[in-house]
Amino acid sequence: MESPEAARLSAEDISPSSNGPKAEPMLLDDDPDDLFAEATEEVSLDSPERQPILSDGPSPVITPVTPVMISSRADVFDRSPDQDEDEEENRDTFDIQISVSDPEKVGKDVCDSLSLCLQTSLSIFSRDEVCVKRRFSDFLGLHSKLASKYMHMGYIVPPAPEKSIVGMTKVKVGKEDLSSVEFVEKRRSALERYLLRTVKHPALLKDPDVLQFLESSELPRAVSTQALSGAGILRMVNKAADAVNKMTIKMNESDAWFEEKQQQFENLDVQLRKLHASVESLVCHRKELSVNTASFAKSAAMLGNSEDHTALSRALSQLAEVEEKIDQLHQDQACADFYLISELLGDYVRLITAVKGVFDQRMKTWAKCQDAQVMLQRKREAEAKLQHANKPDKLQQAKDEIREWEGKVQQGERDFEQISKNIRREVGRFEKDRVKDFRVVIIKYLESLVHTQQQMIKYWEAFLPEAKAIA
Amino acid sequence: MKKNVYSYSSCILETLPLRVQQSSFSSTFPGKRLGQAAWSSEGFGSHWVRSVSVDLNNDASLVIDIPDALCERDKVKFTVHTKTTLSSFQKPEFSVPRQHEEFIWLHDTIVETEEYAGLIIPPAPPKPDFEGPREKMHKLGEGESSMTKEEYAKMKQELEAEYLAVFKKTVQVHEVFLQRLSSHPIFRKDRNFQIFLEYDQDLSVRRKNAKEMFGGFFKNMVKSADEVLISGVKEVDEFFEQEKTFLLDYSSKIKDASAKAEKMTRSHKNVADDYNHISGALNSTAADNNTAFKKHLEKYAEVFEKLRKLEDRVASDQELKLTELLRYYTRDIQAAKDLLYRRARALADNENSNKALDKARLKGKDIAQAEENQKQCLQKFDKLSESGKKELTSFKARRVVAFRKNLIEMTELEIKHAKVRRLKCCVYHYMFTRQCSGSHGKPGNMREF
Repeated sequence: MESPEAARLSAEDISPSSNGPKAEPMLLDDDPDDLFAEATEEVSLDSPERQPILSDGPSPVITPVTPVMISSRADVFDRSPDQDEDEEENRDTFDIQISVSDPEKVGKDVCDSLSLCLQTSLSIFSRDEVCVKRRFSDFLGLHSKLASKYMHMGYIVPPAPEKSIVGMTKVKVGKEDLSSVEFVEKRRSALERYLLRTVKHPALLKDPDVLQFLESSELPRAVSTQALSGAGILRMVNKAADAVNKMTIKMNESDAWFEEKQQQFENLDVQLRKLHASVESLVCHRKELSVNTASFAKSAAMLGNSEDHTALSRALSQLAEVEEKIDQLHQDQACADFYLISELLGDYVRLITAVKGVFDQRMKTWAKCQDAQVMLQRKREAEAKLQHANKPDKLQQAKDEIREWEGKVQQGERDFEQISKNIRREVGRFEKDRVKDFRVVIIKYLESLVHTQQQMIKYWEAFLPEAKAIA
Repeated sequence: MKKNVYSYSSCILETLPLRVQQSSFSSTFPGKRLGQAAWSSEGFGSHWVRSVSVDLNNDASLVIDIPDALCERDKVKFTVHTKTTLSSFQKPEFSVPRQHEEFIWLHDTIVETEEYAGLIIPPAPPKPDFEGPREKMHKLGEGESSMTKEEYAKMKQELEAEYLAVFKKTVQVHEVFLQRLSSHPIFRKDRNFQIFLEYDQDLSVRRKNAKEMFGGFFKNMVKSADEVLISGVKEVDEFFEQEKTFLLDYSSKIKDASAKAEKMTRSHKNVADDYNHISGALNSTAADNNTAFKKHLEKYAEVFEKLRKLEDRVASDQELKLTELLRYYTRDIQAAKDLLYRRARALADNENSNKALDKARLKGKDIAQAEENQKQCLQKFDKLSESGKKELTSFKARRVVAFRKNLIEMTELEIKHAKVRRLKCCVYHYMFTRQCSGSHGKPGNMREF
């Protein structure tokens, strides 16, 4: 099973229908509330109105998408110093292509080795095309580094694909069955998406670790990435500690934007998970449909064999063949369902976790700032006491400490401001990317559907004369 | 120009309004008429019936249909409507309410009528099975508190559709049963059939008591013994030899195909349900969102809703044209086999009577009686063979025509659905890609259609 490539819809896909625009509404007339009854006339193949629609602004049919909420503050931030990064993104194609391919098992070490190929015209890279080999643990190592460098600054670092102990064990054991093949493909695809997300982030793209990862032929082995290693356990402990801290930090949120956004992300988390579950169910049922179609095909073939009326017998056998082909279509569609939509949602569920993490970092920064202020206060009080106690050397020390803590407080406030600013920008970028990502996926999904339907039409149209030939 | 099966003309619907009484449901469905929008694209009743068995209701002298049905506490009351020019009936047009048990009574009395032994007896309609919708309703009731308003509405929608589908199916199979009888030159004159159609009081069909039920069970056991019998008995007639081989094999194959088709249809429905949930979940997500994403989500929800509708139609049409066809003919093949059993038994009786006659002649006792017996057995057997041959021949013709019609219609519908789906996906695709280039201010990457 392969993830669907970006298929292109060509003119042949939509047969210049003998039904002109007038006939189309008839196909849809059983759907009285179908808004597209009008839209089809605009879309019809020979419509001369099509060109003007393209070059003008948004047409009246499609309501222009306006961001309803975002307060003026956010707009200001969008025109922040990072404006040129935004502009770079707005260029038509993001000029970097990454593919992850050729997964291999390496020795007794369970991590797959993969080929990573990069094609780009961006100047930060030393060459136009690079191909290197990487291990799964390398990817995890990269993520680990990026997270430790950037998360505390409020950058949303894309999460790496998860290690799956179960899946891995199967691959280790060398089971060449369908599920392990699927697992490898799933991982390959996930790693590819992970890298694409990472390089889409303007700050991360410039990061030396990322550049090294993408370009250099040799990479120092990442050691602390094994799930059950010492470092792994330490990470788990830290995560738990963070969770506890989160509960105890009661932040006075002065900024309504943050409060609102945090709530939104909480909600979004819940909803995306539900949506993901529904899509997983769709994938499952589509696979079942495929199995049942294949099984029916066999049964129809047997029925055809048993049928003593010659023409009907032939027709039934042909029906069996058609159903077999359709089974394949269902499988392909299940693939599209999965690799396009299900994985997108899975990625976003994990991304939301990263986003929430970033908000938590801000809380921690605030807490640190608060602690520094408390400390400063204490030092001031201590100094005040010492003023009366006439101990000159201790007084000096106290004064030094006050200065130190004043500095820390200032730093803390700066950090807090910076992280707040960063988060605002990151969230804005995230929300823009989100719209793009979903749209791209839906577009691809629709393409996959169109192709499936196209094939189905072919198969059934080939069968129709067979059915009519029954005499 | 072939009739456009896609437009459900209101006149067909008007002949088939289904009223659903609220007593079978909790307050979930206050006694309303289940919306016609929930129906599939296929026009109903007579149209389906004629595709399953084309030679029905062609004779205006006796026209039967079930225009109306009521569901009360899981009991279905069918309104059997008759229009006739035959003088044997008291009125030219009349209707009576009938329940499933009364249909079964009619079927059983016909089966037990010795005279009809040489005919293929139209299979009894299966009992209305509301198990599926009932389960769903149960789940709906249980989960009501934990669901969002949208989820609840969607589940209710699914439930209504499923209920309606079961309802429609059961009306059809009961209708077809009656129409088979009315179209048959011999059955239409059956006295019990007439009573069934005309008698406006309750037929008071007793529930089968224990003895009768046991008797039925015994009958079934005898039947399987018959299967051994007909494979064992020496067949002299080439025609029947062929029929026997064919029917025995075909019946197991068609039963299997019908079961597999059912599973396939069920899967289609599951996919449609999933689209439904996805659409609902997208709407819920949109509701909570107030950024640019919201409008997109709502549009995507719309896409999936359309996909759901289309998948639903594919599933319903496939069920009607394929699954129901196979189910129907599985039952009909069984009826044909029953005819063979009866003939085989008659053949066995015939051979026994020959042997008895020889024995009597040998012993010199009761010869006249034995001769009479043998003559009767032979007559019976000959009559069975003659009418059996006719019946089986016309059965084959009927079957081939029905399969042809249904396969053609199913194929045409599949093509139509695929085209509509393709068109709608293209429209959305066009819309979304245009938005993409629109917001960046240049038509750029526009894919040419």
